[in-house]
Amino acid sequence: MAVPWGAVGDLTRRRFAALGDPALVVSAVAAGLLTLLAVIGPWIAPYSPDATDVLSASQGPSAQHLLGTDSLGRDICSRALAGARLSFAGPAMIVLISTVLGTALAIFSAWHGGWVDRMANRFLNVMFSVPGILVAVLSSAVFGAGFWAPVLALGVVYTPYMARVVRSLAIRERHQGYVESLQLATMSSWRIGLRHLTPNVMPIVVAQATYGFGSALADFAAVSFIGLGIQPPEAEWGVMVSDGRSELLNGAIQQTLVAGTLIVITVIAFNVLGAQLSARSGGRR
Amino acid sequence: MTDPEPRSGLARRVVSTITGAVATILAASFVIFAGLSAAPGDPVAQILGAKATDQARAAMRRRLGLDDPFLERYWHWLTGAVHGDFGVSLTSRQAVTDLVVPRLATTFLLVVMAALLVVVVGIGVGVIGGVSTRGRAVVSTLVGLGIAVPGFVAANALIGVFAVRLGWFPTYGSGDGLIDRIWHLTLPAIALSIGYGAYVSQLTSTAVAEESEKEYVVTAHGRGVPASVVLRHHTLRNAAMPVLTASGLAVAGLVAGTVIVEQIFAVDGVGALLIRSISSKDYPVVTAVSLIIVTVFVVVTTAIDLVQVALDPRERAKS
Repeated sequence: MAVPWGAVGDLTRRRFAALGDPALVVSAVAAGLLTLLAVIGPWIAPYSPDATDVLSASQGPSAQHLLGTDSLGRDICSRALAGARLSFAGPAMIVLISTVLGTALAIFSAWHGGWVDRMANRFLNVMFSVPGILVAVLSSAVFGAGFWAPVLALGVVYTPYMARVVRSLAIRERHQGYVESLQLATMSSWRIGLRHLTPNVMPIVVAQATYGFGSALADFAAVSFIGLGIQPPEAEWGVMVSDGRSELLNGAIQQTLVAGTLIVITVIAFNVLGAQLSARSGGRR
Repeated sequence: MTDPEPRSGLARRVVSTITGAVATILAASFVIFAGLSAAPGDPVAQILGAKATDQARAAMRRRLGLDDPFLERYWHWLTGAVHGDFGVSLTSRQAVTDLVVPRLATTFLLVVMAALLVVVVGIGVGVIGGVSTRGRAVVSTLVGLGIAVPGFVAANALIGVFAVRLGWFPTYGSGDGLIDRIWHLTLPAIALSIGYGAYVSQLTSTAVAEESEKEYVVTAHGRGVPASVVLRHHTLRNAAMPVLTASGLAVAGLVAGTVIVEQIFAVDGVGALLIRSISSKDYPVVTAVSLIIVTVFVVVTTAIDLVQVALDPRERAKS
């Protein structure tokens, strides 16, 4: 569910800061392994994710099919592994779009201050009052269901969360002595912004992007689940939860359980890692 | 400003908040209308079918006003919408208002049930986590889990356990009569409330924990004031503001969340109507439902803003 992760980030960050290093290490390893899985998943899947085998449909876990088969006889383990890539590609693009847009907007408005900053701030507040999942769903209505419609929509919807966090830090950096001395040395605003301001806000950008990845993954899977994102028979975790619906009603829970658990574990790993990184990146207290 | 009293600051704040909300809704209405006008699909073909004569098609285009300039169509639609007329559904040929209004009651009941869960359970758990040092670890683990479970995953888990395995609740439908409806909407309301409930718990427990470390609270304990009195009269009162804001945002989020949860439980509300209308390219219905959801969302967030201004004098100074 799309919880505004900017606000949550602030608080979880302090909450988890008390747990110290183990949380950072465990979440970093988990997030790293899951990302690795998303890259190599389709290659290490024991079966083709689309190979149906009606004779061995709806089976429980066995030596041939480690996590059982779905109602069409497809290997659930293979579909989960192959689906990891699309499940990660969506939120990765969402985070990329929102990070570039949000950071650029934040640094630009912090640099100019005054009415530019006020307008940007007002614009961000309006953006906050738009329900993300609705925008994603409408985007699919306008541009057609698939990968790009929800990704572009969510990328824009997630922008203000990134912008707000970066903006407050960028305003602080703007008034540091080094900026003034670079200006006195007649360095151009562009160069100061790109070469000096941006690197200095990078830690909080990375932390916030990590945090946003979890929410983005959940939202993207939700859009695919209701049939407006990735389309079956393509393997993706949201699609798998949707495929598992009819099996679930007949009491066969494996497919829903496997895909749902992967989604939850991934979101937790990135949430905790994002909170850990935020606590160490000198962002807003 | 002719009135130098602080009251003028309040009035200005209230006016600017409400103006901002109306502007947001108008901007949203324009974006939604423009976007969906550009969406693929031909409404005339949808109504008349592929075999209609050119003459009939031209007549229908005129009747729907499709040949008018874009801004004129938008204005026509907007003035209609303000009067509760959202046009006619392309698939069922019914007035959009007649499709939407009966479903609003179902969605309203679902949101109210979920909001009660968010507020009662969310704040309750949050207070426990904020006050008791032993409870804090448990609460923060539960909260972390709750925030990480997407509504649609929670919904399927609830169906698997409580509807299919245990058979306590129906797997789908909205029910008839109030009691039956509440019974049908229990699992959807729980699924809808988990994420936002966890969010409210988290903010509550942080606010309460921060407040109870403050000197005046420590002093009150030191003076021998009973712990329950300190909690009720000092800690909770001063921690109330962020909790109120979080709860309001959560309720606004619940409205948008119905779009997904209603679909899963086949609850016949406006959220499910929206998804169905998108699939059948019934854009007049999509436009109307989207505008209603955005409006409710903006009205709720604006209301929280105003309540904050009313309760906290410091808020009045901000413009």
